[in-house]
Amino acid sequence: MKQKNDQFEVKVITGNEACAEGALAAGLRFFAGYPITPSSEIAEILSMRLPAVGGKFIQMEDEIGAMGAVIGASLVGSKAMTATSGPGFSLKQENLGYAAMAEVPCVVVNVMRGGPSTGLPTLPSQSDLMQARWGTHGDHPIIALCPHGVRETYDLTIRAFNLSEKYRVPVILLLDEIIGHVNEKVIFDKKEKFELWQRETPDVPPENYLPYKFTESDVPPMVSFGKGYRFHVTGLVHDETGFPTNNSEQIIKFLQRLNRKIDRYADDIIQVHEDSEEGAKIGLFAFGSTARSAKNAVNLAREKGVKINFIRPTVLWPFPQKHVARLADQCDCIIVPEMNLGQMAHEVEWASAGKTEVIKVNRIDGEPIRPSEILDAIMERV
Amino acid sequence: MSFRYEIRLSGEGGQGLVLAGKILAEAAAIYDEKNATQSQSYGPEARGGASRSEVIISDEDIDYPKAVNIDLLLAFTQEACKRYYHDLKENGILLGDSEAITQVPEGKFQVYRVPIMDIARKEVGKVMVANIVALGIISSLVKVISEEAIEAAILSRVPKGTENLNLKAFKIGLETGKNLLVKSEA
Repeated sequence: MKQKNDQFEVKVITGNEACAEGALAAGLRFFAGYPITPSSEIAEILSMRLPAVGGKFIQMEDEIGAMGAVIGASLVGSKAMTATSGPGFSLKQENLGYAAMAEVPCVVVNVMRGGPSTGLPTLPSQSDLMQARWGTHGDHPIIALCPHGVRETYDLTIRAFNLSEKYRVPVILLLDEIIGHVNEKVIFDKKEKFELWQRETPDVPPENYLPYKFTESDVPPMVSFGKGYRFHVTGLVHDETGFPTNNSEQIIKFLQRLNRKIDRYADDIIQVHEDSEEGAKIGLFAFGSTARSAKNAVNLAREKGVKINFIRPTVLWPFPQKHVARLADQCDCIIVPEMNLGQMAHEVEWASAGKTEVIKVNRIDGEPIRPSEILDAIMERV
Repeated sequence: MSFRYEIRLSGEGGQGLVLAGKILAEAAAIYDEKNATQSQSYGPEARGGASRSEVIISDEDIDYPKAVNIDLLLAFTQEACKRYYHDLKENGILLGDSEAITQVPEGKFQVYRVPIMDIARKEVGKVMVANIVALGIISSLVKVISEEAIEAAILSRVPKGTENLNLKAFKIGLETGKNLLVKSEA
């Protein structure tokens, strides 16, 4: 049997535990939420851990209030997060739009379960993909990350905070019931240091501060309430001062900058894992827990001598359009397995622009897609 | 040679199967330095309702964390037995509580019917620890995790003050399992 080791810590933990721990490592100091399966453990753990590091935990009256509290906490300078699942994610959309509009950094975790409505509370799904992108109304920027394992959940939670701070944007972390609840072996290097990004602060005195100033980076410096700077925060379209405007020129300038600040950095934000083989004519594109079934299917296919180009994105929004376009150029088909009726396949079809056939493998019964189901789809094309 | 060993613990919500699965995964991953995952599937009920907990043990990375080709199935209820025995592999093990399992499915697998609940109730003194008795039996039947590892994982996982009770349940389970093997070899 193994003895204790000073540098490495071996744990068997769930994705929800890894998410809570990753958030703390990223500097989380405020959590507001309302319990919902299969995300509740994140709130439960943070209710115990946050007070110990001088942070705050609030169970709010509902998910709408929780999202509002998170925005308020971020405006006073705390790294803030909430966690929920489908029905709660629906309720958060209004304030999520407010965070996007007012450019308030925050992290929203959605541990996906079957929907619509209260759906399948205890069973996995990947059907909130489009809601993560377009759940709140209006042209708005958003980033959504999606891990396929427990260790990656830890790492991507940290990255979610970093991206939200850097771009002043709400970041959505999409887990699913499998990743949230699976216990998995994780090895932590106690000496590992993570790079943590903080929002850029203004270098001008209060009287010269413009909270929504147009800058070269398109991300205006942000000051916390209580630091002696006065500014106005609104969900209305606003000019550089933060006050509402109906001026056409100002509206266009603002909304273009708001969306451009993510579009122009898409290449820095997007991350995919590519596992390619020279001359492969079959493409496979899978994310989240389904990517594990896909990886297993790839190994089984390769044992049979079948070549596959496999792409697994960890960033779903912005969508890795260039990677899919390249895959479409190389392959005769792209197989897209997902636990929904084809939301990702729709996006892959758009990105491949008719250059290849997109084959759907779907499951909507709360059971994960088995590797054999993906292998069958692969072998049909050999 | 690489291996993948699949265990499914099935029964009703509230029987401690998720905890038992977590203990097996920790035993394999932390104390025996193998790879392991544990996952579960359960209904919206707090108690009752079909519940299953699955443990995969391997010496390689585990891509797919769910059981598809089961080496050992534990069934605490007839319903679970009926629902889950199909995924048992040839020469796999079906371990069932003999009070609950009255209809044994037919198939090319080894069947052990053991009064697990009754042992927990009468020999250990609390039916609640039936899950730990089962772990003892599994420890005797399954060679991919060491006995010491399971014992260490039990002690680190059970509530403070219940260590002796759980240890007793584990030891009685171990003996029961060893006797089963002697009988089946005879």
